[in-house]
Amino acid sequence: MKKKFKLIDLDCANCAAKMEDAIKKIDGVNDASVSFMTQKMMIDADDAVFDQVVQEAVKCIAKVEPDCQVVV
Amino acid sequence: MTDKQKKELKRIIIALVMFILLMITEHLILPHLSISGGPESAPQMPNIIAGAAIDILYIAAYLIVGHDVLRKCLLGIKNKQLFDESFLMTVATFGAFGCGELEEAVAVMLFYQIGEFFQGYAVGRSRGAITELMSIAPDYANRETADGSTEVIDPDDIQVGDVLVIKPGEKIPTDAVVIEGHGFINTAALTGESVPRSVGEGDQVISGCINGDDLLRVEALKEYDDSTVVQILEMVETAASKKSKTENFITRFAHYYTPAVVIAAVVLAVVPPLISGRFTEVFGTWLLRACTFLVISCPCALVISVPLAFFGGIGAASKKGVLVKGSNYLEMMAVLDTVVTDKTGTLTEGVFRVSSTLAAPGHDEADVIKYAAAVEAGSTHPIGAAIIAACSDPFPGSAVKDNVNHAGKGAEASVDGDRIAVGTSKLFDELGIEIPAESKASGEAGGTHCYVAKNGIYIGTVTVADMPKAEAAQAVKEMRAEGVRRIVMLTGDSKETAAETAAAVGISDYRAELLPQNKVRAAEELLAELGGEDEKANRSRRLAFIGDGINDAPVLSRADVGIAMGSLGSDAAIEAADIVIMDDKLSRIPAVIRIARKTIGISKANIVFALAVKFVCLALGAVGLANMWTAVFADVGVAVICILNSMRMLSE
Repeated sequence: MKKKFKLIDLDCANCAAKMEDAIKKIDGVNDASVSFMTQKMMIDADDAVFDQVVQEAVKCIAKVEPDCQVVV
Repeated sequence: MTDKQKKELKRIIIALVMFILLMITEHLILPHLSISGGPESAPQMPNIIAGAAIDILYIAAYLIVGHDVLRKCLLGIKNKQLFDESFLMTVATFGAFGCGELEEAVAVMLFYQIGEFFQGYAVGRSRGAITELMSIAPDYANRETADGSTEVIDPDDIQVGDVLVIKPGEKIPTDAVVIEGHGFINTAALTGESVPRSVGEGDQVISGCINGDDLLRVEALKEYDDSTVVQILEMVETAASKKSKTENFITRFAHYYTPAVVIAAVVLAVVPPLISGRFTEVFGTWLLRACTFLVISCPCALVISVPLAFFGGIGAASKKGVLVKGSNYLEMMAVLDTVVTDKTGTLTEGVFRVSSTLAAPGHDEADVIKYAAAVEAGSTHPIGAAIIAACSDPFPGSAVKDNVNHAGKGAEASVDGDRIAVGTSKLFDELGIEIPAESKASGEAGGTHCYVAKNGIYIGTVTVADMPKAEAAQAVKEMRAEGVRRIVMLTGDSKETAAETAAAVGISDYRAELLPQNKVRAAEELLAELGGEDEKANRSRRLAFIGDGINDAPVLSRADVGIAMGSLGSDAAIEAADIVIMDDKLSRIPAVIRIARKTIGISKANIVFALAVKFVCLALGAVGLANMWTAVFADVGVAVICILNSMRMLSE
């Protein structure tokens, strides 16, 4: 399944790249992208674990940029 | 400006005012107040108190402007995300505090925050400008209910078959067909075409277009999620994730660069003091240098400016009605070498029109058309339709009777008492009507000839052709001017027709009578000539295919860049192509090449500029010639300059 999420207060391009790297490493993620320009995150992950993956991803984002919120 | 930015600006201004007042007090007022004695004399009580007060105020200013950086730094440490900007700034300013340079610490933090503010503001502005270009999504729809009244609904709730009312000035919420009313719709947001399109009952309208001054009642053909506008938005949004080589280079570069710089900084802090043999005395200085070094090294300017330039390029293209599906395609367009183009519907208009009329001596050209149109009346064949369309003064329907249709060859009918035959030379042979040799000879090339005879005697020829687009020749010329070395036309049509069109638009290289699979083979041969099978990765010259997207999907996907034309509303074309030209204009292609060039130019300039400034500052920082100010400039200053440079893309 593929889904897009809006990110609020994603302030730094380098952070977006870091988030993308971290999310790609989560188990079950086929592909992911964090776009600084559109302030959006795309996750493509296996259906069975999708919700867990999203939770993991939110944690990854909070780690890199604590102020950044994910609109789930 | 967002609320967050407003708050930040307020903090910066307060701290800046405090800082300036403190500087004035410390350097201009205090020295005059200390009346007694020179620097050697023991400090006096009031001076110590004043000095302490100033120090406290400096720290207050520092906290006002920089407390969020400290917080982020602490959170970063907690989350094991060391070496982000906040961490570096905190270490650097604390270093300055440690050396007693309060002024410098505040100044550096202030400068950093101002830079960050500008960076955020500039990025927000350009993001806003680009998304505005794409603000084609409708916010609501008016659905007509069973009792005839209308209700306002979310576009998501539209179902196929719903009757929607579109008031003047409203956006069309989903792809639909007009069932009542006629007027003009503005397609500029989608096609870049400023002339409104006329629509009437039975015409399809595309979501995202803006209705003119008339009320339209339409029936929804698609749900909102399948509508053109959603597809386009989706495409442009995902475009950012298809990264260009330049962007990938930057990501890879940052991957090695950051650890390398951190190691260099550690070495810088530890090794020179050890070698000097006076470790404790000089360690502070070298530690500060190492911090400066780290601040300079932050790769943000690089990571931000390159995608921004590409995003701007994609935005600029979409303003012109051209959708680019990824940064990588923009990159390829900049080094376009070969353009392979389809003929029908791409170089030509794709519809038949009467291109010339020839009348035998003693007959009028208008009459020839008039008779031909009468016989073809009711014909759905494209050639017949073209003749009918060319006749401005047709016979009344009652004057035409006894129609005989000769499939594939022509037709006969009695018109106003005269027996009229319209058809090919084959039909005329069968009917035993002689076509004068000179009329036959003059019509060798350039379309389909329909001979017309009245009562068994040849009276003229109507030639019907798919005419080249008016701007095709100009577009071909411009493409060459933009550095396209080779333009090849592929067509399934006969050699004669192909030669005619090719000559008309200024293409010397063409392949005719190709079946669809032969078109793919032709494209592959041309690709091979450009450097062959090392696929999409490493070729400095690229091949683009331009088609109308209807039956050339295989070639579209085989080419480096597949460009679909005139495909507003055609899902298949949007799906198969890499670049979609929403209207029919070939002139968009040289325009896209120009945009692509400019994008690449800007992103390269940014990379070179940012790296050059960084390396110079790093070198200066390592030997102690660059202070914190320089470091902050090399970090945020360079980023801001690169962003401003990228924003030039938006004025395109």
